[in-house]
Amino acid sequence: MTTIDPTILWTVIIGLAIGSFGLRFAFIGLMANRTMPAWLMRHLRYTAVAIIPALVAPLVAWPTPTGGVTSLPHLLAAGVTLAVGLLSKNVLAAMAGGGATLFGLLYLFG
Amino acid sequence: MPFTTTKSAFWKGFRDSAPFILVSGPFGLLFGVLAAEAGLIVPEAFAFSMAVFAGSAQFTALQLMQENAPVFIVLISALAVNLRVAMYSASLTPYLGSAPLWQRALAAYLTVDQAYALSIVQFENKPKMTVPQRMAYFFGTNGLVAPVWMIATITGVLVGSQIPASWGLDFVLPLAFLAMIGPMLRTPAHLAACFAAIVTALFAVVLPYNLGLIVAGLVGMMVGAQVEFWLEQRKTKAEVPQ
Repeated sequence: MTTIDPTILWTVIIGLAIGSFGLRFAFIGLMANRTMPAWLMRHLRYTAVAIIPALVAPLVAWPTPTGGVTSLPHLLAAGVTLAVGLLSKNVLAAMAGGGATLFGLLYLFG
Repeated sequence: MPFTTTKSAFWKGFRDSAPFILVSGPFGLLFGVLAAEAGLIVPEAFAFSMAVFAGSAQFTALQLMQENAPVFIVLISALAVNLRVAMYSASLTPYLGSAPLWQRALAAYLTVDQAYALSIVQFENKPKMTVPQRMAYFFGTNGLVAPVWMIATITGVLVGSQIPASWGLDFVLPLAFLAMIGPMLRTPAHLAACFAAIVTALFAVVLPYNLGLIVAGLVGMMVGAQVEFWLEQRKTKAEVPQ
């Protein structure tokens, strides 16, 4: 477990608070009735579905708990979580499915 | 049923949002638990949830800080994850844009997934609502969810600090992210963006300062936008009468 340096933590909290508010206020507060160019909106639609998988992929391929060694239980748990989420459209069901798979497999074979 | 008062609009939003506490409760709890695992104490985690008030951005920042990523990478990545709220803001502007500035500022702070999703449906279906009624409805959708998110965070930290490190919660955060992705993948373009981002991210881990994340995110966005463009073009072509 790494402890996060308090200076970094508070810089991030304050930076994110300002940044998140800025993103939210940008249009409703400042832009009034101007619209954004279509190409920009088209790219913005894919930020979350690109950044989140990009963040997770290395964590699944080389999991922290195993010290970075690729492990079948972690890969399967990740697969089940994604599949349940895709099929059920339910975040909590996906979480439960993945968690049960991971801890089940680790209990059986760990 | 037309609204007679702004008060009834507020309570309609409040009631409509009730099912969402089943999402924001557990996720706030999870954020608290993982924040405690990362060494955060109650005031820190509470300030985090209170000031930022954006689940996926908070999880992203927490993960990257644990990987000792540089501050600017943490900020860029977490804000990128949260870029969708800028779209919500843009999409709500025609309905709420003429409200007083202080109300718009407060509404901006409260612009989160469930408030947007409920409100935009409501505003589209009830075009006769006045601006004060719309604002009241929007605030109502946060009447439960915002307090639940804050309280759940604090509870999570208190619970998390009691959980021994040996429980192996390190992998719960990646699972939480994966659980969020599934329901977001609604179109072929979403799938393409996601897939491109994953492949790029796996190769881009060699880049320093977690820059691979930014590169992979941009590649994913461009692929998603391009696929959407192609699909639209094909559809337009198909619709042209012979």
